[in-house]
Formats: sequence, C-alpha cells, structure tokens
Amino acid sequence: MIEQLSVFLENKPGRMAEMARVLGEAGCNMRAFVVADTAEFGVARIIADRPHAALGALRDAGFSVALTEVIAVEVPDRPGGLAEVLDVLGGAGVNVEYAYCFVEPNGEVAVDVFRVEDPRTATGALEAAGISVRPAHDIYERDS
Amino acid sequence: MAFQPELESMPRDALEQLQLERLRATLRRVYDNVPLYRAKFDEAGFDPASIASLDDVARLPFTVKDDLRSAYPYGMFAAPLTDIVRVHSSSGTTGQITVVGYTRRDIETWSDLMARTFAAAGATPEDIVQVTYGYGLFTGGLGAHYGSERLGALTIPVSGGNTKRQVQILQDFGVTVLACTPSYAQLIGETAAEMGVDVRELPLRVGVFGAEPWSESMRRTIEEMLGIKAVDIYGLSEVLGPGVATECVEEQHGLHVNEDHFLLEIVDPDTLRPVPDGEVGEVVFTTLTKEGIPVIRYRTRDVSRVITGECACGRTFRRMERVFGRTDDMLIVRGVNVFPSQIEQVLMEIPGVAPHYQVVLTRQGALDEVEVHVEVTPDFAFDEIRALEELHRRVRAEIASALAVSVAVKLVEPKSIQRSEGKAKRVVDLRDVKGGAS
Repeated sequence: MIEQLSVFLENKPGRMAEMARVLGEAGCNMRAFVVADTAEFGVARIIADRPHAALGALRDAGFSVALTEVIAVEVPDRPGGLAEVLDVLGGAGVNVEYAYCFVEPNGEVAVDVFRVEDPRTATGALEAAGISVRPAHDIYERDS
Repeated sequence: MAFQPELESMPRDALEQLQLERLRATLRRVYDNVPLYRAKFDEAGFDPASIASLDDVARLPFTVKDDLRSAYPYGMFAAPLTDIVRVHSSSGTTGQITVVGYTRRDIETWSDLMARTFAAAGATPEDIVQVTYGYGLFTGGLGAHYGSERLGALTIPVSGGNTKRQVQILQDFGVTVLACTPSYAQLIGETAAEMGVDVRELPLRVGVFGAEPWSESMRRTIEEMLGIKAVDIYGLSEVLGPGVATECVEEQHGLHVNEDHFLLEIVDPDTLRPVPDGEVGEVVFTTLTKEGIPVIRYRTRDVSRVITGECACGRTFRRMERVFGRTDDMLIVRGVNVFPSQIEQVLMEIPGVAPHYQVVLTRQGALDEVEVHVEVTPDFAFDEIRALEELHRRVRAEIASALAVSVAVKLVEPKSIQRSEGKAKRVVDLRDVKGGAS
C-alpha cells in the first residue's frame, strides 16, 4: 500500500507555490503530483519520497493535509494495458475513485496510482491476474 | 411535570384575558407612580385607560437599559421603599449598574416561577439541589434558592467558587440537581475528573443551567460528561432575574415563557415593529404582575424567535428559542436581519468545519452579496472532492436555512481566518467601499 499526501488548497494565488516551497525546504522530493480542482478549492495529491516528513512539514506550515492509502500498479506499456488493469478491478467489484499516472525515473515503466475503496481486495485481484502491484519501498523511502 | 399546572397549561384565550387585565393594572401603576413612564406615555399621547386588546401594546413606548441607568438607584420603582423588601443589581459590566427592587409579593411570585423552573427540569421535593449560582446582588443565587425551597427540595446554598469543594459536596451530600452556569458545570465536571471522581456514577441527574449563552453541542458535552439531563433557563434582572423562561425536560426545545407574568414580544430591531411568531428579532418583555419595578416593553437586546406549535409537555406558554445573540451584532442583508452567531450555531453542528468564520459583505449592483468563509478542520478526510463538495453544499444549505437568506460559502484552510485577542472580527463589510457600491 502506498501512502499518498492529500493537501487541501484554497483557491488563491500563491498557495500552491507555498506548498511546494515547504516541501522543498523540508528536503522532500515529489515522485508524483496532481491537482484536482473545483471552482472553489483544490486538492493536491502527492507521492513524496518521504511521506511522513512531508506530512509533518506541511502540517507545521498550517496546511490541511491527510495521508490516503492508494495502490501503485505497473501498467503494461502497450495499447490496452490500462484496460486490462481496469477489467481486473471491475471483475473483482472494486470501484476506482480516481487515478493518475507517473513514469519511473528510468522511463521504461508507467505506474498508475489508484484510489479504491478496498485496496486489499484490489491488490489481491491484480496479483492473481499477474499484474505487478508496487510495494511502498519500491516507490519511496519508508520514513515511519 | 409542572409546579402550577392549572396556570402553566391554561387555555390560550383565558391566558390572554388574564394578560390583558394584568397589563391594564400595570400600566395604571406605572403611570401613577413612575415619573419617567408618565412622561413617556404623555409624550406618546398614550392613555393607559385606552388599552382595549393585547395588540395595543404596540402603541406603547419602549424601555431601554439607559432608562434604568439614569434612574439609578430607585427612580424606576413603582412602590414606596417601605414596601420594597429586597434589591438586586445587574453586574454593570457594560456600564453603570442598575438596581431592581422587589416587594414581598414580587419575591413570592419569583419563588413560584423558579419553582416552576426546577419542576420543568424534572426536579421534585425529593431532590437535593446544589445552588452554585452566586449569592449576593446577582439574582442567580437567591433566585434559584427561593425557587428550590418553594418546590420543597433540600437546598444547599453553596454559591459560586471553590470548585473542589463543589465536587466534594456534589459527592458527599447526594446531590441530584445542580444549578449553575453551563460553563461552570463544565469546570466542575473537569475538576471532578482531575480529582478522580466520575460524576456519572453519582446520583446527580439534572442540571439547571443559565445566565450565559451556550450551544446545543455544549449541552450534549455537559450531559455526557456529568451523566445528566441539562435544561436551559432564561432571565434578566431588569425583568425579574432567572425564572422568566425555562425549557421543559420533556422536549428540551425552546424555553416556555411564564406568560401569565410576562408579555413576550419579538420585534424587528430595525423598524421596532412586532414580527409574527417564528420570525427572528429582539426579545421585548412587559412585566404583568411586578410591583417593585415593572417594566414596559423592555428591550432586552437578546435575539430569538418564538417556536411555533404545541409542546408535548402540555404547557400552553409559548416557547422562545435559545438566545442567538445580541442585537448589537446584527447585520441587514437584502432586508433580512442576520446575526453572525446564528452562523456559528450552524457550524458547531457540522463535523468537518471549525466554528471559525468570517462574513464578507459586498454589493453587486443593487444587491447585497454575502460570502461566508468557513475553515475546514485539519483532520477532515477531504481526499475525495466529493466529500468536500458535499461538505460545501451542506454548510451552504444549513446556513441559508438558518438565516432565511442565501449565502455563498467558501471553504478555507484551517487557521487561515485571522484570530484576534479580544472580540473576533466576524464581519467584513465592503458594501460602502469604493467599487463595492454601484
């Protein structure tokens, strides 16, 4: 299971820059970063190299931040790759809340991050189908 | 349970007839005995004998706190000092103190009304009552004391302070009813816990709390901590002291005003016209039986409304809702009176938001726009946008329903609304700022 940081961002100029600065000063690197927004506010979702250090730094700086469990799935790099993964999840009755993608530093493998209601069932189903679910230590340093 | 069921459950038409008779007598009394009222009535061209129905009250001039201040100490008394057996006074936190006087009959009435209060809270002569309101010039202590004795309960006049001793007495005397301010009840509970006393294990079962504003969530906290039922009581020294209105333990929803002794009006604080039952406004009382210091249309500055409909407890007296706030804090938005404390009350009930907020008023063309900034709590599980949107929708809907005017809501980050040392700056009014007005 991967721990993702979710940061509540009020829709006002400079707020996201402030968040990034706090992470930088804490020496936290981001493996993945995506923002979901509405007219009123945004939620930044971050996979950090040291999630607990990042969490502490953001909290101390007054951000509303939470850890969310997600799963990271290695997606076969060919047409229909994602469809296969989703078929497995659908077949196991797992609903996907949201998903996003990042690429490994070596650039060869795409990793999709999924937020699902029941990560354990999802992981079991994917592994049974021969799809690689990345353990946390593969993605970042476990700092707690 | 009612202390005087034949009065507290009177048919409305009989009650209104009684009110009219008593109002006539009161108006005659103040006109004859209080120079200030005589001058006010004469100036308004009001003849006390011309009262034909309760609706005529709207023709009477109001009385305000300043009238009592300028009459300091005895100028508003409607009985000779020889007939006055007791005085109390207001705390004077907001200015010169005011003095109120009671005749022997006033004290009798007050005792009955406070006995009603204890009975409405579920107390009986079998109970052991710890009175922790302050005894002295403040009306709380002696008011509660006389009521508890009138009911026939065993009454312990502890007065306020020395919290550890309060806990000791609570524990050793087999106390079943606690009368104090809600914040003090909370302190007693916390102190007991520190002393290793679990109040929930004690015989204490009822709290009679008042003399300061408190919220529904505070009630639940206290009820849980002390293992009791807590009722809200209302009063002010200018009108009587405690005993003007009381919740019943059956419903714990709105405070029954002792309407056989007080005429209740809710008026628009702006136009000063009475509003229909159910609408929010300033609470105004006229005393109907007081001899020492009757008041005519006394503006309390407290904001509330009448809860419509019958109460399951059987009392026919109308209920006023828990006081929302003070008129001094009122805003007028699109012609609707809005009290910031109403917003706070709503926010207290919604998990995920903090009761920190700011109201920003702007004008778009001819229309006032209200935006309420509300902090989400740092621990709100907001990862899913859906949850945030749901929270946003809920806050907007509940504020709109409480204020009767639609508002925009902006969820803001925790601790982003400026804290101030003294009174929080809840309202930012940009309507008259350049560019804001059209």
